[in-house]
Amino acid sequence: MAGLEMGANLVAQEAAMLQIEDVSKTYPGARPVLQGVSLHLDAGETLALTGESGSGKSTLLHLAGALDGFDSGEITLAGTRLSGLDDSGRAALRRGCVALVFQQFNLIPSLTVAQNLSFHARLAGRQDPAWIRDLTDRLGLGELGARYPEQLSGGQQQRVAIGRALAARPALLLADEPTGNLDETASDAVMDLMLELVRVSGTALFLVTHSERIAARLDRRAHLSGGRIA
Amino acid sequence: MIGAALQALASHWRRHPLQLGTLLAGLALATALWSAVQAINAEARASYARAASQIGGATLDVLEAPGGPMSRARYVALRRAGWQLSPVLEGRTRLGEEQVTLLGLDPLTHPPLPAFEAAMQADQATLAQMLTQGGLLLASPELVSALKDVPGLPPLRASDSVPPGMVITDIGLAERLLARPDQIDRLLILPQQPMQLTPLDQLAPDLQRRASRAGADTARLTDSFHLNLTAFGLLSFAVGLFIVHGTVGLAFEQRRAMVRTLRALGLPVWLLAALMLAELLALALVGGLLGLGLGYLVAAALLPDVAATLRGLYGAPVAGGLSLRPSWIVGGLAMALIGTLAASAQALWRMLRMPLLAAPGLQAWAQRAAQGDRRMALAGLGLIAAGIAALALIKGLIGGFALIAGLMLGAALLLPPVLAALLGLGRHLTRGPLGEWLWADTRAQLPGIGLALMALLLALAANIGVGTMVSSFRLTFTGWLDQRLVSELYLTARDDAQGAEIARWLAPRSDAVLPIRAAEFTVQGNPVTVYGVVDHPTYRDNWPLLDRTPDAWAQVNAGQGVFINEQLARRADLWPGDVVQLAPGWVLPVAGVYSDYGNPTGQAITALPALLTHARAVPNRRFGVRIVPEAVPDLIEALRAKFDLPASALIDQAGLKSRSLAVFDKTFVVTGALNLLTLGVAGFAILTSLLTLWSLRLPQLAPVWALGLTRGRLARLELARSLLLATFTALLALPLGLALAWVLLAVINVQAFGWRLPMYLFPLDWLRLFLLALLAAGLAAALPARRLYRLPPSELLKVFANAR
Repeated sequence: MAGLEMGANLVAQEAAMLQIEDVSKTYPGARPVLQGVSLHLDAGETLALTGESGSGKSTLLHLAGALDGFDSGEITLAGTRLSGLDDSGRAALRRGCVALVFQQFNLIPSLTVAQNLSFHARLAGRQDPAWIRDLTDRLGLGELGARYPEQLSGGQQQRVAIGRALAARPALLLADEPTGNLDETASDAVMDLMLELVRVSGTALFLVTHSERIAARLDRRAHLSGGRIA
Repeated sequence: MIGAALQALASHWRRHPLQLGTLLAGLALATALWSAVQAINAEARASYARAASQIGGATLDVLEAPGGPMSRARYVALRRAGWQLSPVLEGRTRLGEEQVTLLGLDPLTHPPLPAFEAAMQADQATLAQMLTQGGLLLASPELVSALKDVPGLPPLRASDSVPPGMVITDIGLAERLLARPDQIDRLLILPQQPMQLTPLDQLAPDLQRRASRAGADTARLTDSFHLNLTAFGLLSFAVGLFIVHGTVGLAFEQRRAMVRTLRALGLPVWLLAALMLAELLALALVGGLLGLGLGYLVAAALLPDVAATLRGLYGAPVAGGLSLRPSWIVGGLAMALIGTLAASAQALWRMLRMPLLAAPGLQAWAQRAAQGDRRMALAGLGLIAAGIAALALIKGLIGGFALIAGLMLGAALLLPPVLAALLGLGRHLTRGPLGEWLWADTRAQLPGIGLALMALLLALAANIGVGTMVSSFRLTFTGWLDQRLVSELYLTARDDAQGAEIARWLAPRSDAVLPIRAAEFTVQGNPVTVYGVVDHPTYRDNWPLLDRTPDAWAQVNAGQGVFINEQLARRADLWPGDVVQLAPGWVLPVAGVYSDYGNPTGQAITALPALLTHARAVPNRRFGVRIVPEAVPDLIEALRAKFDLPASALIDQAGLKSRSLAVFDKTFVVTGALNLLTLGVAGFAILTSLLTLWSLRLPQLAPVWALGLTRGRLARLELARSLLLATFTALLALPLGLALAWVLLAVINVQAFGWRLPMYLFPLDWLRLFLLALLAAGLAAALPARRLYRLPPSELLKVFANAR
């Protein structure tokens, strides 16, 4: 949690959980991916980010999750400015404040479902067995605790990924096309669960999606086009 | 169609140059160490063959006198009786600083020798010169250059046909140089004989007729040494093939999607198989050629030490230079091709049986390997049982090596399941998410790195086993030297007359003068040197007897019993209480068996008067002198001054021991070098495995990184993981290595050399090797770990990209 305790980076911004200000990003040898992007997300709020393929949605999500650095601008996450953080600070922020759900699920294949579910919470030092039991029940994973990810269907794997993300009670949940690999029925079920759990835990949700239908279910939406917020 | 398919297949290697390099390096290393050993063996055997052809009459029967040389008059008498014979006198002597084998022949009657013929072609006067007073010495070019400045020697002539360490000359000159006038060691019975001769057993009933074994003894004696080298070469070859197997397996799995596409596009499966086979063979050829070049360099570097070992251990003449033999090149390439096919067969077969619509799956590759754990464990246990059964059924050296092969391969197959069990145990004992993940993830990595760990296990076990054997041998040898070399001073006189004079002079100036006198006999068809000893406490108190009758020394000192060395006892199955015939009419009970390390031939000891009764012309030139150690330097000075003895004729106990130990240590230089090389190959196997698995690791590491671990911490955990696996492997290698040491000491040594050694344990050596293994694993893991540490986040994020 060292990153959170860095006084210089602590800025009192009670309302905004995530504040992105004029952020630009260019990968070496490529055209700019993001150009002066600004947006914010309040605590407990849900925001859908839509846009064409290659518009920079995933990149913006990664920057917001302290997974990658940016060239200019500033991102403030739970009161911490990311531009001043080193690798350890970013890692601490990811452990403590953020949780991630990806289209590919990205569970840890060598751990069981139960171990995957509690992994992030234990890593963050915030294991709450009652909450994890509750999550497990709500996600319908009670019978699957001893199985390994490869023994689950896509929908089941994504439910585990959501459970893992929320088990740590993060301030911000970042989700990148979380239902992109699922059919419509499974997709709806997963979204229902995610939105319910986000509401119950008071977590802010920043979700990247291609789907207008899913985007419509969130509090707000932003559209990214050519690296800029349209 | 073929061109397009080949282009598609080859594109994989262009995209994965490191994998290609790993494959070629594995092949090259496997071929290199195998070929190096083969080159050394071929060179040594060529030298034996050359020596055998020079000694001459290899196919002729030989007439010998049991118990020593015969007189020239005996030869003349047989010639007068009509027998066509050719006399030979042979002995070891020192010329300058060189210890040589001097072979004295009669050029007029001896069958043609390559060395003679070559010299005659070069110079018609050679024969004449050989027969004239000055004489001529024929020797190898190396020996000629070493002897050219020795004063008082007859003219020297270099000949490539003379084996190293041997000098050939006229028998008359040999008599003078060996100080053995009027003596003949053996008579060659020439093939063309007149009709109606009186049979030899009537003319000379005391002489023994036997088929010549010239060269055969050397080959037989050194067979075990070459078998040992070959076993090491095979081990290294197998370790190299582990690399090939792992790399080809991964490459084929990574190309499943491509193969599926090619087949979907209409490429027949048989054509695809042929192209992939051709690709493999081409790679094997390139790797094999690289390996041959590397093997030649290794062999050239090791051959001088091997030659020294063979000379020191067996007296076998081996030149120190290496020549390039076509058979060696063909053999090395064939091994590379066969090895590649063996290592790739499973992957190729699986690829060809893959259903057209099967999805590619790197994870599946690892999972399939994991599912094989139980089968591997059963196969491993089966191999170990087969090895034990082989020793029980086949016996001998082959049975011993079959046991070693069963033990080593069986243990290698058992390694992954045992490691999996240990990692599972570690996981159960760990609290905390990172610890749990580390154990579980390490377990999941086993299929990918298992082969490299097997290679490490084999290399470490070979190091522990051979190291324990050599160190046990050295410890035993040192103790044995202390028992055997009791006299404070050893001297060699120029001839018997001087020997007698020195003995008289020494008698009042020392505590005891112990003559060292011996003659050659034949026991059960094998040469045996019989020593005659005087009755003295030096022998009774110190001689290293392994087994004895209650009144052993009394029997021997009375000439009523004989001690035999362990080699003769085991070979002839003679033990205390048995009787041994040393010569016609000379049968003695075996009173004891003594250890006699480093001596390949049989040896026996009885009372000196008994020996002198049964052997003629026993040289009396060597003595052991008992004296207080402080007086040795002055006595050496006085002996030199009085008898004009060269420095090499007088040697004190410490000097002799250090010289013996130096020969011993030299003997195992090659073993040590091969040990280190094998360990190096195993370290390389780990490195290549980790690098090859790199592409598989990122999807496993990226989620953990995303959940809040730094790249630096992940890199440290990767390093720790490799060290953990190396630690487990090294710990498991210890019992395997000790089992190997026991087999080497209790089975292989007994069969190969005829002696059994006690086994000692050397924990400090294990600790050193353990640290070396950790260092190798740490170095191998350092490169991928550094890569991970420096990997840009954008590369890790690609794992999460939706397009994957």
